[in-house]
Amino acid sequence: MPAEAVYDRDGQIQGGRMERYDVIVIGGGLVGSAIAYGLVRARLRVALLDEGDVAFRASRGNFGLVWVQSKGDGAPHYQRWTRLSADEWPALAAELEAKTGIAVGHQRPGGVHLCLGEAEIEARHAMMERLRVQSGNLGFEYRMLDRRELTDMLPGLGPAVSGASWTPYDGHANPLSLLHALHKGFAANGGRYLPNSTVTEAGAAPGDFRIPLAGSEISAPKVVLAAGLGNADLARHFGLSAPVKPLKGQILVTERAQQVLPMPITTIRQTVEGSIMLGDSQEDAGFDTSQRPAVMQTIARRAVLSFPWLRDLQIVRAWAALRVMPPDGLPIYDQSERFPGAFTANCHSGVTLAGAHANLFAPMVAAGTVDPALEPLSSKRFDVSAAA
Amino acid sequence: MVPAGASAAAAVLAAGFDSIRETPVNGRERAPYCMMGVCFDCLAEIDGVANRQSCMIEVRPGMRISRQTRARLIDPKAQ
Repeated sequence: MPAEAVYDRDGQIQGGRMERYDVIVIGGGLVGSAIAYGLVRARLRVALLDEGDVAFRASRGNFGLVWVQSKGDGAPHYQRWTRLSADEWPALAAELEAKTGIAVGHQRPGGVHLCLGEAEIEARHAMMERLRVQSGNLGFEYRMLDRRELTDMLPGLGPAVSGASWTPYDGHANPLSLLHALHKGFAANGGRYLPNSTVTEAGAAPGDFRIPLAGSEISAPKVVLAAGLGNADLARHFGLSAPVKPLKGQILVTERAQQVLPMPITTIRQTVEGSIMLGDSQEDAGFDTSQRPAVMQTIARRAVLSFPWLRDLQIVRAWAALRVMPPDGLPIYDQSERFPGAFTANCHSGVTLAGAHANLFAPMVAAGTVDPALEPLSSKRFDVSAAA
Repeated sequence: MVPAGASAAAAVLAAGFDSIRETPVNGRERAPYCMMGVCFDCLAEIDGVANRQSCMIEVRPGMRISRQTRARLIDPKAQ
């Protein structure tokens, strides 16, 4: 530890070149900024590090669902974590708007997953039942809707749609506004944002982490790895493991139209501004971010089967992005056993879990202990020999 | 009158109109701006179809260019 030193308001040692914080968060995407926001709200001094503009940024490829109904089949701890996060969302959205003036467009009208054909309905119904049974005393309210009920709820439903599952827990928000609001709220609460600060090496000891940056150094007794795909490499410096891989997703965006969809569908949602987003593709393409017309056609075709009137809308924007996928699709949360004070957070659903990250996980980092309820989401679960 | 090959947006401006639409976000007037298809401020209803980028459409005799006051209206009954 450094000898007695004089610190200025920004944590800068007078005359020195080291900055000291309570927590360093590596990665300023939806996961890192949500955790960092929760930490500064708890009055901690936080440095939030980002790479440069050229980086694999999963946050810009997010569809915007705050989705509960499809999560955690066979993993009741994840179902619970998702539900807790969705329940934190309204308060987080309201707080962010009050604090930053940015409306993240969160709506929670419930959501539907459309089924085309009887086989899909049966499979979906079976899954909903499993989720209900696995939810235990948390409970899981859902309804299977037949075509007649659906046509009352959703205008212009295509003849190929047989029914759907619905829960009241689902909603959506604008992921870009969310990222903007989290960063603005972070800065408003005294957080220090350090862009163009790629981390390639670090000094690590229990409760003592030092990161060299452009000729100087920052240090803190705690560090949180929230670098998405970058966590896979970073983790080893901190006695952690984050075996995540890229999964490419593509999205199509239509011209703005007057509001016609009253609730989000798993693969189709209308934004507050009127654009209709079409998505849900998954490609295992390594780190290739190019768009593929065949995938875009599949997205468009499935969307038009659900709502034929989509056919007349023009697509004004389309993109592909690499999203983060852990080996079993479930999030990874850990505190390093070798270097206590080092935490890692990885997930696929950065928008849905923003509520939990800001309001539940950040307090765990502040307290220095990951809640035992998250133990099943530790990376230890991938160590087959340990589990056997 | 506009030269052959001019866009519908150019025709609207040449006819002396100060604006081509109101934005659905706050109702303020908008006129064609970039004239190259990236700003989306030139949206107009052309020959009955709304939300068309008028700067990207070559004007033709008899073309109906209408002011668009709101976001495009979708007809869910359309098949």
